[in-house]
Amino acid sequence: MFADWPLLSLVIWTPILGGLIVLTMGDRMPEASRRVGLAFAVLTFLVSIPLFTLFDRGTHEMQFVEMIPWISTFNIHYHLGVDGISMPLILLTTFTTVLVVIAAWEVIQYRVSQYLAAFLVMEGLMIGVFSALDAVLFYVFFEAMLIPMFLVIGIWGGPNRIYATLKFFLYTFLGSVFLLIGLIYLYTQSGSFAILDFHHLPLGMTAQTLIFLGMLLAFGVKIPMFPVHTWLPDAHVEAPTGGSVILAAIMLKIGGYGFLRFSLPIAPDAAMALDWLMVTLSLIAVVYIGLVALMQQDMKKLIAYSSIAHMGFVTLGFFIVFMIYNNTGSWQGAALGISGGMVQMISHGLISAAMFLCVGVLYDRMHSRRIADYGGVANTMPWFAAFFVLFAMANTGLPGTSGFVGEFMVILAAFRADFWIALLAATTLILAAAYTLWLVKRVVYGEVANDNVAGLTDVNRREFWVLGVLAFAVLLLGVWPAPLLDVLAATVDNLVRHIAVSKL
Amino acid sequence: MTFEIPDFIPVIPELFLLGMGCFILVADLFIPQARRDITYGLAQFSLLGALLLTLWLAAPEVRITMSGTFVADPMSDLLKSVVLLISAVVFLYARPYLMSRDLYQGEFYVLGLFGVLGMMVMISANSLLTLYLGLELLSLCLYAMVAFNRDSTQAAESAMKYFVLGSIASGVLLYGMSMLYGITGTLDIAGVTAGILTASGEFNMALVFALAFVVVALAFKLGAVPFHMWLPDVYHGAPTPVTLFIGTAPKIAALAIIMRLLVDGLGPLHADWQGMLLILAVLSLAVGNVVAIAQTNIKRMFAYSTISHVGFVLLAVMAGTTEGNAAALFYVIAYALMAAGGFGMVLYLSRQGFEADNIQDFRGLNERSPWFAFIMLLLMASMAGLPPTLGFYAKLAVLQAVVQVDFVWIAVFAVLMSVIGAFYYLRIIKFMYFDKPEDRTELSRGMDFNVVLSVNGLLMLGLGIFPGILMSLTAAVR
Repeated sequence: MFADWPLLSLVIWTPILGGLIVLTMGDRMPEASRRVGLAFAVLTFLVSIPLFTLFDRGTHEMQFVEMIPWISTFNIHYHLGVDGISMPLILLTTFTTVLVVIAAWEVIQYRVSQYLAAFLVMEGLMIGVFSALDAVLFYVFFEAMLIPMFLVIGIWGGPNRIYATLKFFLYTFLGSVFLLIGLIYLYTQSGSFAILDFHHLPLGMTAQTLIFLGMLLAFGVKIPMFPVHTWLPDAHVEAPTGGSVILAAIMLKIGGYGFLRFSLPIAPDAAMALDWLMVTLSLIAVVYIGLVALMQQDMKKLIAYSSIAHMGFVTLGFFIVFMIYNNTGSWQGAALGISGGMVQMISHGLISAAMFLCVGVLYDRMHSRRIADYGGVANTMPWFAAFFVLFAMANTGLPGTSGFVGEFMVILAAFRADFWIALLAATTLILAAAYTLWLVKRVVYGEVANDNVAGLTDVNRREFWVLGVLAFAVLLLGVWPAPLLDVLAATVDNLVRHIAVSKL
Repeated sequence: MTFEIPDFIPVIPELFLLGMGCFILVADLFIPQARRDITYGLAQFSLLGALLLTLWLAAPEVRITMSGTFVADPMSDLLKSVVLLISAVVFLYARPYLMSRDLYQGEFYVLGLFGVLGMMVMISANSLLTLYLGLELLSLCLYAMVAFNRDSTQAAESAMKYFVLGSIASGVLLYGMSMLYGITGTLDIAGVTAGILTASGEFNMALVFALAFVVVALAFKLGAVPFHMWLPDVYHGAPTPVTLFIGTAPKIAALAIIMRLLVDGLGPLHADWQGMLLILAVLSLAVGNVVAIAQTNIKRMFAYSTISHVGFVLLAVMAGTTEGNAAALFYVIAYALMAAGGFGMVLYLSRQGFEADNIQDFRGLNERSPWFAFIMLLLMASMAGLPPTLGFYAKLAVLQAVVQVDFVWIAVFAVLMSVIGAFYYLRIIKFMYFDKPEDRTELSRGMDFNVVLSVNGLLMLGLGIFPGILMSLTAAVR
């Protein structure tokens, strides 16, 4: 019955409408705002489910397409559609937002309606990013979501929030304006802003290289890659829990999505020529940032650095395909790297959301994120400790959890390219285990460190369900990743076939 | 010799405004201070009447009348409508400020109306003489309005600076025009174009000088770097409603004379003035955005932000294509709407004895009035060029025109400068949302003010979601 509905528009505009309704409710009735906000978040999630169930897994063509003229002067259309790459990310967005709204229930007391409105509007904009097939529409959503995030970090953030939020905003804005110039250049060449037209546009090597570098600045800052990652630890540390969750679970994925939707198919020759750069930066992120994470004193900062290292894995998976081709002489098996990167993105979305929510649980009780202030939490919060250990294991890539699947696929792909790259990439298993388990050891295990820890109460029912649902998702994807891989297969195969053809 | 009676129909809006201006000038003498609202009402009636007449007489064809000195075409219809509308909004925003400072006098409105008349004449100028006439009518009104607050030494100083520098610029323009007249033997703009086309071929020193003088004068009137020095002082020194007036509609009129004189009239010399405009635009973007960061006074900050916006407009004109001209018109209209809202917010915060012209005065606005903090958020996002607000599409259109003529690196420079610019707009958002208010005085400005300011702010979002409406209008007239 849903097949002929404009599902994507509904998924985009339901939360935005909900956000505006919550905003108009004002501060007088926080409890009602929470209920309305949750209702809209859940409704959006329900509306997004048919995208998964009705998805045709046999084709790489865009599905649920909607297209109406928007700005006729520039041949810009309100053009939406999803394929195997974007659809899982939309579900991740709608799923995470529900959790974020619930997680804020008692925690956020200042300007509740504005807080919820910011997250609901941001949800709609992020879904718009994933479903836009017109470059201007994409860019509008891509930039517009900065404003609510800027406000979320700035209003509800920690002591150094203003520095962090300005840095976050200016970094991302600086990166994205180069993307804009690239898109305008592509428009002057093709006469259309349709992303799929860009895919088939022949381009010279210089143009491709410049466009690739411009997009690298936009998406590299967003994902983030070394050396433009420095905004992320600041933003994460200062953001409220919900902001960190959305930032890590979804906003970083937009960078990865951008590589797959724009950089690779539009400038495949430049990507091939510059793959050494991308692989090197990815490996630096995996190894160097992994070592940096080891040294952190702040739990959120540690998870932030761990996110950067994991995202390094994603970009490694995306750009290793050219090396596989050079090494084996065939594009067979290249799909493994891209699929692995995608699985890693979805999995990291769940795990990092869970880790930040765990830190949020501790922070709400102790108002400290310093590792040194904790110790022996397992004695007073057994349920919490169980969850935290599970998510930490998933973060290190323990088989049976979702973290394992993506990393395994990427390492396998790396082996086909070059043994040494695979070896360096595999150090993540050691480094991630080191920094995550050391964190667990210092926070959860051992003797009760001080009176504050002794006075902790275990997770309440709300926190239990939020973490429980995430734990279920992490385990489900770990033991049964097939549904996700099925969705990805046709699209990723087509992408690999597409980038195998030179555009020169 | 027969005397031909000109076709008065295209000039009716101007004649109406002229008649009403004279009538208000006299009638105001008989209105006691307590009944000053009558003058205000009459002024608004004149603007809205002229607006309705302009819309009613709008026609798709070009109508030239008054012995070839006056032209009415779709561009003039559009720009005049916007100028009249924005001026009406300006008068409305200005009222509470003037009332609370003993400045609520008829002269403000009479000078304003004659200034608007000057802008309309500029927009419809079809000869060098009409163009100059309109420009001077506007300028003289603006000089007087800057000095309107007689007791303020700061305002008097600004007015003096504005008058002296403005007169020099007018002189330079006149000098350039006289050279054009000398070369082509006509004052008619189309005739000047034809004369240049016949004169072209060999290098003409006088023509180059004439062009340079004209460009300098226009750059001065727009406030492009390095002819921008008057702008921050005048914006700062003038009473806020006058700054609001100077910062909005006259920019549209100034672009109109650039279109008439430079793009149409001196179109054959495009290759020559393209480089000049490029330098002006690049400098304006750099100086405007960088210096604005250092400002603590919001009127000065807006002055430098104006300079950077002028840089964008000049970039679009520089392209010399139909798309570029349409983008310049779109940008300047978008800018006028943003600036009206921005100064409107400053007037919203000000009250008797308190100017609210410091950036810090926006502190904690989200706690004092969440709605108007949101309106200001939209305005600032639009000025910074963030989607989904109007300002983004204005920048998009300009960048598209610039990339189209293969100035890709200039486009990159322009966007880099707007990233720098984003910082000082974000700083205002920061003050409004992240800081706590120090001053908790009740904010209320009457229903009409609140409604119009809200509509003005929401227009940023509305036209941002449906930019096609305004974009097709500006594309159609060029």
